Amino acid sequence: MGKMIYLDNAATTKTAPEVVQAMLPYFSEYYGNPSSVYDFAGKSKAAIAEARGQIADVLGAKKEEIYFTAGGSEADNWALKAAFEAYSSRGNHIITTKIEHHAILHTCEYLEKQRGARITYLDVDENGLVRPEELEKAITPETILISVMFANNEIGTIEPVKEIGRIARKHGILFHTDAVQAFGQVPIGVDEYNIDMLSSSAHKINGPKGIGFLYIRKGVKIRSFVHGGAQERKRRAGTENVPGIVGYGAAARRAAETMEERAEKETRLRDHLIARLCGEIPYVRLNGDPAKRLPNNVNVSFQFVEGESLLLMLDSFGVCASSGSACTSGSLDPSHVLLAIGLPHETAHGSVRLTLSEETTLEDVDFVADRLKEIVQNLRNMSPLYEDFMKKKKK
Amino acid sequence: MYSEKVMDHFQHPRNVGEIENASGVGTVGNAKCGDIMRIFLDIDEETHVIRDCKFKTFGCGAAVATSSMATEMVMGKTIEEAMAVTNKAVMEALDGLPPVKVHCSLLAEEAIHAALWDYAQKHHIVIEGLARPKSDIHEGEEEEDY
Repeated sequence: MGKMIYLDNAATTKTAPEVVQAMLPYFSEYYGNPSSVYDFAGKSKAAIAEARGQIADVLGAKKEEIYFTAGGSEADNWALKAAFEAYSSRGNHIITTKIEHHAILHTCEYLEKQRGARITYLDVDENGLVRPEELEKAITPETILISVMFANNEIGTIEPVKEIGRIARKHGILFHTDAVQAFGQVPIGVDEYNIDMLSSSAHKINGPKGIGFLYIRKGVKIRSFVHGGAQERKRRAGTENVPGIVGYGAAARRAAETMEERAEKETRLRDHLIARLCGEIPYVRLNGDPAKRLPNNVNVSFQFVEGESLLLMLDSFGVCASSGSACTSGSLDPSHVLLAIGLPHETAHGSVRLTLSEETTLEDVDFVADRLKEIVQNLRNMSPLYEDFMKKKKK
Repeated sequence: MYSEKVMDHFQHPRNVGEIENASGVGTVGNAKCGDIMRIFLDIDEETHVIRDCKFKTFGCGAAVATSSMATEMVMGKTIEEAMAVTNKAVMEALDGLPPVKVHCSLLAEEAIHAALWDYAQKHHIVIEGLARPKSDIHEGEEEEDY
């Protein structure tokens, strides 16, 4: 196999060499426990403080509002479970959407089944956008939390977060956003958007795996999720993942510095790839909003073909991508996001997500478009659905 | 994830296509679950030998590979011998499938049985051990029905 073309950057990214460099001293050189009193451990403590500051700067937040976690899923779990508990005296209603990541959806299901929560799962439009007026209508006196993702991980749609934040603030309701796909990719200001809590994960922005954070606005009454020591202002016990935190800080600063340039380049390649796929392959649809979209996300559905087959064929050409097909999820149902935007099951099975990085070139996306043209045609020639469709068309 | 044999049959599927005026055609599975298999058989009416077998499949790598392998395994066999080609036999011939993909191999067996059933119906014969296909989907069914 020749060169690998990695177009699955929404799944995870390459840890940037400078991020690895920043982390390395904190394994074997400055390995002290940040909670210890001696001077040697001070190095670790100072490194954490610096990383916290680097991250807070990207969000326009205060340093002490950043709480490190083991990743995005933990941050989502914490935000929802702890907010539900802390505000239970005010009500039991949470508003979220049908297209959230499973870290949100399955936490909501848990709260519903085990803790007596009432959850409203908002519909989205055909591009995956939440309708703010519908969200406002769903608010009841019992509503204690609104959780809407900043940008969708599958179809890349960027939600009207500013409007949602404004509505939440107007009604005095806590607003959490899962920004795992958005942090470091698009500008986010927690004050500008009235965000009270925000989840994020380092490995989506060229940072290391196993480290994330929950932003908690000062004054929000969120209790500890992991009980134990006094780390993270007593809200998340456990000896800090110092190299991970340092790496996250470096990755966040790097992402903020390169954001504009990356977004411009990726958007250009993204739109080129979308134009080629939609222009040169029949019976295809773009999933997600064409404009309100993450700079690096392409998600298309090819009718009459199945996603896993597409991925295996792409893989044989060295192209890494992902799909919303059931076959890739271990269940019989295709992606809940694709179903929520109104795709019929068989169209959802034929979806492919290609997520670019700053290293993606025009040559790469042209290669992928060329290969996909052949692959889709070959698979359609093998597809009984296509055969039936063409026969019906001839009649 | 898949064995070399599965990948070989997926990337170079044998006997893809249609048979015009086939002796028997069987389609099983449904688009909702992401797997549809259609098997075409050309059967010698005198000897009951399967002279040709083709398939079309909408589905994952395992679905394509099992279809391909199943067509190879029934080719040249009599109806009775083809009835003995089980999903287990197809799976073994492919050096196994991941646990979540075992249902794909069931479809291959069902598709062959559905095609044989179609042949039996057309020729008013009874094939021993063959039952009406369970998950047959009908021609002309609208995709939007799901």
